[in-house]
Amino acid sequence: MGIEQPKTLGNGFVTTSLDKLVNWSRAKSLWPMTFGLACCAIEMMAAGAARFDLDRMGILFRASPRQSDVIIIAGTVTKKMLPVIMTVYEQMPEPKYVIAMGACASSGGVFDTYSVVQGIDEVLPVDVYIPGCPPRPEGLLYGLMKLQEKIMNERNSFGAAIGVGEVVNEA
Amino acid sequence: MSKQVVEKLKANFGPLVLGDAEYRGETTVTVERSEIVKICTFLRDDCGYNFLSDLCGVDYLGRTPRFEVVYNMYNLTDKTRLRVKVLVEEQASSVDTVSGVWSTANWHERECWDLMGISFNNHPDLRRILMPADWEGFPLRKDYPLQGPDREPYQGRLS
Repeated sequence: MGIEQPKTLGNGFVTTSLDKLVNWSRAKSLWPMTFGLACCAIEMMAAGAARFDLDRMGILFRASPRQSDVIIIAGTVTKKMLPVIMTVYEQMPEPKYVIAMGACASSGGVFDTYSVVQGIDEVLPVDVYIPGCPPRPEGLLYGLMKLQEKIMNERNSFGAAIGVGEVVNEA
Repeated sequence: MSKQVVEKLKANFGPLVLGDAEYRGETTVTVERSEIVKICTFLRDDCGYNFLSDLCGVDYLGRTPRFEVVYNMYNLTDKTRLRVKVLVEEQASSVDTVSGVWSTANWHERECWDLMGISFNNHPDLRRILMPADWEGFPLRKDYPLQGPDREPYQGRLS
């Protein structure tokens, strides 16, 4: 993070940009709102438990949308469940991110039927799609790391937080 | 055991019993739709079928009458089962509710209404149970498009 340490400032200083500091703090404390809807939720729980241990990456599952940064849509979204997901998403504070976990959340998966939403991206802005049916915990971990990468590449994230301009995403 | 019940039904209701069948130890009785509540009350009180294990609708598209409502009953005392069917026409597809006979029929009939569009007369609370409240159409009918009415049907793999 630091570029160089000027001698006049001593050893206790690091120089960086404010964006990088904000991005770093956001990326390293992603608190996901769990939204387990099907078998993907089992893999998500496994990813959170001792073997894969999401906690070590600062990823702590929250049961409240008010305290979450990212919502993991883990499973098949039915049309009846959709209003609930939208309510939960709207309750999350900015900045907020969406992970579509598994084939169903990404595209409807094998459930090409009248009752299933054909991909959560029909209603929510998805940041990371994770393939798999269901994805293994490694897949979810990789997806979360991709999201961290994406957050680290954001520009003007501090400015957007205090109401100056918008966040710029650099691909 | 079930044979006796069929005989008993025929003795009491005569022409209202339209037919009966025995297949692999399962007894099925087809009865007149208009008298289903009377017959169910009789089966519960006088034949011991005190548990309705399932109530469902069947769509035989292309046949008249198109629908059937199937009542699967269970006698908890001597552990016997009985299946009762009524035939339902596509026009005026309604059956009298048996939720007064077995309370569990309340939700089963709501499900049948929700997915098959068979309505139940005198039902205390006939509204959708599985589909969203504002849903249009009855998705378990054979002529309902699988992908939903507002989408192109699946044509097979493109490649």
